[in-house]
Order: sequence, then C-alpha cells, then structure tokens
Amino acid sequence: MNPIVIEARDIVTCFGENLIHDSISCTIRENEIYALLGGSGSGKSTLLREMIMLGAPTSGTLRVFGKDIANLSLVEAQKLRQKWGVLFQAGGLYSSLTVGENIALLYEEYTDLPPNLIHELIKLKIDLVGLPPHAIHLYPSELSGGMVKRAALARALALDPKLLFLDEPTSGLDPLSSRQFDALIRQLRDLLGLTVVMVTHDLDTIHHIVDRFVLLGEKRVIAEGTLEEVLSINHPIVDYFFQKGTHGIQS
Amino acid sequence: MQNTSPATLSILSSSSRTLLVCEGAWTLNHLAKIATELESYKAVSPIIWDVSNVTELDSAGATLWNLYSNRFQKEGFNSEIIGSKDDHLQLYNLLYPHPKEDIPLPKRRGWLYSLGLETHLFLQGIGRFLNFLGEAFVVLLYSLRHPSTIRYRSISSHIITAGFDALPIIAVSAFLIGVVIAFQSIVQLQKFGADILIVDMIGISLTRELAPLITAIVIAGRSGSAFTAQIGAMKMTQEIDAMKTMGFHPYLFLVWPRVIALMIVLPLLIFFADIIGIFGGMVIANTQSHLSYTEFINRLQGALPIKHFIIGIVKGPFFAILIAMVGTYRGFQVSSSTESIGRYTTKSVVNAIFLVIACDALFSILLTELKL
Repeated sequence: MNPIVIEARDIVTCFGENLIHDSISCTIRENEIYALLGGSGSGKSTLLREMIMLGAPTSGTLRVFGKDIANLSLVEAQKLRQKWGVLFQAGGLYSSLTVGENIALLYEEYTDLPPNLIHELIKLKIDLVGLPPHAIHLYPSELSGGMVKRAALARALALDPKLLFLDEPTSGLDPLSSRQFDALIRQLRDLLGLTVVMVTHDLDTIHHIVDRFVLLGEKRVIAEGTLEEVLSINHPIVDYFFQKGTHGIQS
Repeated sequence: MQNTSPATLSILSSSSRTLLVCEGAWTLNHLAKIATELESYKAVSPIIWDVSNVTELDSAGATLWNLYSNRFQKEGFNSEIIGSKDDHLQLYNLLYPHPKEDIPLPKRRGWLYSLGLETHLFLQGIGRFLNFLGEAFVVLLYSLRHPSTIRYRSISSHIITAGFDALPIIAVSAFLIGVVIAFQSIVQLQKFGADILIVDMIGISLTRELAPLITAIVIAGRSGSAFTAQIGAMKMTQEIDAMKTMGFHPYLFLVWPRVIALMIVLPLLIFFADIIGIFGGMVIANTQSHLSYTEFINRLQGALPIKHFIIGIVKGPFFAILIAMVGTYRGFQVSSSTESIGRYTTKSVVNAIFLVIACDALFSILLTELKL
C-alpha cells in the first residue's frame, strides 16, 4: 500500500452552535485520486478548506505529509503550502493579472529562475493543461468557464506540487468539457505521480477517475472506500447519493 | 370540454349543521369574493363542505378549504370535506400531507435587549479591528526583516491611482474652499478696514486645518471605498483564498502597499491642496478687495509661521493610516454575497471620515494644550 499523504482523525468542526463535522476520520494515500463526497451542506468543502489551512477544525488532528498542520511554525507552513496546489471552484485567478502573470507570480516569489526560463515554464504549463498558446496574454475575464478552470489548474501545477486539491473541478462545465477535464486530471496523475483530492458532485467523475472516496452525511462519515465497496453498503444516504435503482450508477 | 364556471359558495345553515356547497372552478382567479365572504362568516354549527360539484381545484382552492376548516375547528365546530373527486383529493393530500403547524413569529425583543446586542456587536467589532491591526503589524515586522517581501511595484501603482489621479479633484476642492473662506472673511474684515488680515486668515486656516481635512475626506471617499471594493471583490472570486494557499500573506500583498502608498501620498496631496487653496483665496482677495498678488505673498511670508504648515502636513500620514486600514479591513469583511460589497464600502467610507474628523479633533486639543 502506498504511504499516507493526508490523515484526518476525529475532526470536529462547529461554526457557532452549528455542528458541521462530528468526529470525521479519513485517510488519503499517495498517488490516488480521492474524492470528498456528500450532499449540499455536508461539510465536504469545509473539510477541504481545513486540509489547506484556510480554516481550522474545532478539535481533532489533520496530518498532511506526516505533519500536524495545527502546530506549524510560519516557516513550516510556508514550506508545506509550496508542496500543494489548489484549484478553486471559481478559479481564484488574480483578475488584475494575465494568465501568464498569474502563473509567473509563483516562480517570481519562490524561485530565482531567469525570466526567459520562467516564460518557457509558463508555456509548458499552459500547454500541459490544454490551453491554446495565446491564452498566456489573456485576462481571467476574457476566458470561458472551462478555460478559467484550466488556467487555474496550470497555476496550481506551477511549482510541481505532489498534492493537488480540486474544489468542484467540473462544476459549470458542459458534459464534454467535464470528461476532458477528468481525462486531463487522470493523465496528470499518471504522468506526474500526483495525489489528487477533490470535492465533486459529478457522478461521471466519480465513476471514471476517482479511486477512493469518503461519503459524508449526517455530520459523519457514512462510508469510505472504492466505489464497489461503498455501493455494497446498504444505507439510505448511499442509495440517495448514487441514485441507486434509477438512472445513477449501477454496481 | 370542462366546465369552467366560476366558483360559487352557498351556505345552508341549520342549528344541527351547516352545509357549505362549493361549485364551479375553485381556482386562484375566482376565489377573492368567496374568501371575503368566509372571512366574515361566523360558524353556528358543525360544518360540512360539499365539494362534489367542484370542477377544478388548484392550490389556492385547497389552501382556502384548509384555512377555513382549521378556523372552524378552532372555533369549536367540526369541519369535514365530503364528496371530493379523486384527483382533487390527491392534490389536497399532496399539499397538506399532515397538518401544518403554525410557526410562531420570532419573539420581539425589548429595547434593552437590542441596546445590549448592539453594544456587544459594536465592542466585538472594535475587538476585530484591533485584531486586524495587530496581525497587520506582525506581518509588517516580518516584512521589515525580509525587505525582499515588500511590494514596491504595488506601492508605486497605488501611489499613482490614489495620489496622482486624485490631483484634479483635490485641486478643485481646495480651490473652492480657499474661495469660500476668502469670500466669507472679506465681508467681515472690511467692516473693520482690516482687509489685509485676509492673508493671515487664509494662510493659517487652510494650511493648519482645512487643507488636511478636505484632502483626507476626499481621499477617504475616493480611495477608502476603492480599497474596500477591490479587496471585497477579490474575496468573492476566491483570490484571497488562492493567495493564502500559495503562502502569499494577503496583508503583505494587499494591506501594506495601500497603507504605505497612502502615507506617502497624503502629505504631498495636502501640500498641493495648501498651494491651490491659498491661490483660490488670493484670487478672491484680488478681485474683492484689490489686494495685489505681490502684496498677498509678501504678507503671507510674515503672517504664516512655518509651524502651521508643518502641523498640517504631519497630520497626513495619520489620516492615511486610518483611511487605508479601515478601507482594507472592511474589504476583508466582505462575505460571499454581492450586496455585502455595497454595505461594507459604505461602512468603510463612513468610518474613515468619522475617524479622520475625530483624529483631527484630537490633534487640535493636543496641539493647543502643547501651545503649538
């Protein structure tokens, strides 16, 4: 079995009096495409945000690359952040910069590479995610929804992270673009040896590229494992989520 | 063809029971009259709704039956519906699968409660702002130890947008203030034949108080609001989140460049406003009381001690910190809803202007006590 990349143990999260997570645990291993699933409001995005240190759980431990992220010094946190890339649902591209500049920013901040090498790297990343070469000079507002996702992915991949977080990567894309994006993610995983953690609602994505996932519901973990493993569980939320018996996924 | 004659209700009342005979199409458009009729009707005996001749039913009709059945039951009379068609019954059961409970209105709190709540929120807000300032200064200390993290490019671009681009509006405002002061004073001073004192009046009041205040207020309205809106929009598009995950501290990238740029620019703008304002006064003094420009300037050199000018300029960086800090702080408070950008932009301008005036008052008291 591959080594563990992210380990969540007994995560409890409250917003005021509103309990989001009631003791959630899950394990993500190297080189797998892992999904956080659940209905709206089940706290999967919150869990993702906690993994990337945008929010802290009320209690419980989260280990990323073996480090407890609650007790990191500023410098350690900074180092850890450079080991992962994040693709936000809305892209999160800096709207005042072009696509190229968005990617260049990371190299300029964190490396001492000469400008022409940075330029080559940017072209490579843009090509890698399947954007046309001229996209490098476009501003985020001039991109279509699918291109925004690809540009954001290119930026997430800039520092060659080992870990990639995707927040609803296919939301807002048409079915064909969604499948292309899925294929791209899998290709990148195979090519670059990435570990991918994603939040998604897309049953096709789950079916086609996700290796393992955790299903959240009722503030807890309903099931964790591969699709076959989870579908064999008899639980109303499993049935509901995968629309068993209707036009959803058949085991 | 379905019979779509409008809904009718006939009430056949006896001491043992009341028959409400419903006929026609009980749909939204036809029910107004019946509803008013039922509203004023007082039940005298158990109610039976005979709905066998209802041709059409929609949610409005079903709701009406439900509402008045419940009312009659509350008044102590049994109420039942007989003779309903299957599809109507299905609709009714779909809408009212089980009795819906009345949700009581949230209890209204007394004024004391609201006062307490508002006070609590206000204090909490101050606490949050102090928190923001604290974190910003920690980041600044870090940044000063690592000068390569200072965003010089960003600072210079904010100097242009918040400073240079503001020159025209500052010029117009300062000129008009100079004109207004001159006009008002000349009328009074002429009564004493002391026209020449207009120079002292304009020189001191503008450089010490009015130019800094007017400049700060214009900048608060112009740049303070812009800061809030820019950062708020970045928060909504998840740009701030993206920055954090890349390890770019947003305060380093967004707050300090704006604060530093404004601290550099505001004293310069005040100086500019001083010149234009005095020029405005000079023009009016020349036209209204025939005081020549040379005379005015000669007098000004003697009448305006340098300390007034310096006090005015020194206020600049303080006002700048207040405006920029409030503007950026409010920007970070924007949540994911679009209307919150508007709300916090308004708050930012109002807070900034208030703080500038309060700070100016503080300066006034302090400096007077120090006999400056």
